[in-house]
Amino acid sequence: MTAPLDSSLDAAPESWLTPRPAFTVVLLAILALIPVYAMLTGDTFTMTLFTRVLILALGAVSLNLIMGYGGMVSFGHAAYLGIGGYAVGILAKEGIGSGLVQWPVAIAAAALYALVVGALSLRTRGVYFIMITLAFAQMIYYVTIGLDRYGGDDGLTIYRRSQFGGLLDLNNKTLFYYLCLALLLASIYLISRLVNSRFGLVIRGARSNDRRMRAIGFPTFRYKLVCFVIAGALCGLAGALLANHTNFISPALMHWTRSGDLIVMVVLGGLGSLFGPLIGAVTFLLLEEGLSRLTEYPDLILGPVLLLVAIYVNGGIEGLLEGRRRG
Amino acid sequence: MLYFIEQCLNGVQLGMLLFLLAAGLTLVFGIMDLVNLAHGSLYMLGAYFAATFAILTGSFVAALVLAVVASLLAGMVLEVVAIRRLYGRSHLDHVLGTFGLLLFFNELVRLVWGPAGMTLPLPPQMLTAVQIIPGVYYPIYRLVIILATLTVAVLLYVVVMRTRLGMLIRAGASNREMIGALGVNIKLLYTLVFGLGAALAGFAGVMQAPILTVQIGMGENILILAFVVIIIGGIGSIRGAFVAAIIVGLIDTVGRAFLPDLLHLVLNTNAAATLGPSLSSMSIYMLMAGILVFRPEGLFPAASK
Repeated sequence: MTAPLDSSLDAAPESWLTPRPAFTVVLLAILALIPVYAMLTGDTFTMTLFTRVLILALGAVSLNLIMGYGGMVSFGHAAYLGIGGYAVGILAKEGIGSGLVQWPVAIAAAALYALVVGALSLRTRGVYFIMITLAFAQMIYYVTIGLDRYGGDDGLTIYRRSQFGGLLDLNNKTLFYYLCLALLLASIYLISRLVNSRFGLVIRGARSNDRRMRAIGFPTFRYKLVCFVIAGALCGLAGALLANHTNFISPALMHWTRSGDLIVMVVLGGLGSLFGPLIGAVTFLLLEEGLSRLTEYPDLILGPVLLLVAIYVNGGIEGLLEGRRRG
Repeated sequence: MLYFIEQCLNGVQLGMLLFLLAAGLTLVFGIMDLVNLAHGSLYMLGAYFAATFAILTGSFVAALVLAVVASLLAGMVLEVVAIRRLYGRSHLDHVLGTFGLLLFFNELVRLVWGPAGMTLPLPPQMLTAVQIIPGVYYPIYRLVIILATLTVAVLLYVVVMRTRLGMLIRAGASNREMIGALGVNIKLLYTLVFGLGAALAGFAGVMQAPILTVQIGMGENILILAFVVIIIGGIGSIRGAFVAAIIVGLIDTVGRAFLPDLLHLVLNTNAAATLGPSLSSMSIYMLMAGILVFRPEGLFPAASK
């Protein structure tokens, strides 16, 4: 047995017995077994709740790509959920029911919007970036309020979920749940490949020192823009899923506090960690649900919890599992 | 034309209220470098305090004074208990923490005052309209708002530019370590600045309360407008906040009043009626995005940072 000279230099691979990976594995196992539990007990509510958790987790995962790895704090991420959702809703209303059309349109629309927003916003930094992304999201919010034909302020009911021919039936709740889970895990895998690639290294380098990255010859603006667009596209997909899940979309989906919710999920779970946003989404939404069953005033507890996390916890729940703390 | 003058006055009145909110926000932002999403909650609290004190005392003026003092105290307590611990953190921590506070205050108001809104009745002599120029009648209370906020703006300017406290505030904005090293009690200064911001927000809430209903979440949309104002004006600049607040107030109100009619010329009635307000709401954000693209530091960037 060889003891390392300095324990802080110990670069041995993480053991599966440390709390962090063990927690993730248990969480994934629970998520995979939710439909089984629902089938055995007939508790469809839990499955509906967890479907929502998975979809919003996908949104949080995409936000984490730009915010956690790229240092781009977007305060308008709910706009992509809305764009994806409205793409499905508008096409459904106009009689185009095929998911093979709806979903690519949702993703493309969100990506296109991200391209425009990113191209303009990435000229600014810091708090100005936070605010300009918020401004663009507010614009989309008011655009949808003005869409008289598609319900305006009242929102739009979607009478038929996306059709995939005989391939998939989204009305099957179990199937839809596993589809969401698969898409979420695929996105996490995609992001893990992305952030560990050369592209990801440039993005992470630009977060720590943008000027130095440019000085050694990387056009960081272009890299960051591509990253921004990928995140937008992923969140557009989450929006398409959400529209299919609730069968209803409204501007409220894009209210700035919804963007705040997504930020909270990411920071709560652990900024810049692969599974952090998923953990954050599960925690936030279950806490919300659990507290509203316990008391009539759930936010009276939830609010201070978020404040305490902001004050005392470094790196969210993931950081807590690693034993990182802030005095 | 007369209608246009009236709408411009409404715009100025909204702008003045936005300035009250934005001034506190920009002070806290410029000096403590804190993104405070709970600022709108203090505006809401001010309105609720005033409605309650109006019932207790039966006097609008007493309610106003007491509500502003209560907002000041609430702000100072909030700073000592919670906000203080967020200084020097990343903006993301600020967003998380103050978002939590926003949720907390909305729920607290629901617990204390109930889910139904309240009204703040005006004294009868405030309910009339006066003729400001021949043919134009304007509600006297809206004029009072403009004058009162203008007075507060002047007072704020005098305090910040002409008093010792203001000198310390400006010094704190440009170099906080240095004034701490010079023996200024920086903690107390920060508490005072935060309380001042809270009092301004509370004052805005009180003034707006008789026009709108006092309700939960009333601070959320106007908070975002106030953020737009301080971004357009340049963070930390009170002068910038003043100019930007008037611009935003005018664009919002005048756009709301005239865009539907303009759209009428090209669209049918229904489409124009829904598209108009949403276009005018959007126009503010377009302005802000445009300004940020061309002047990333706002119109009047604070001198040194």
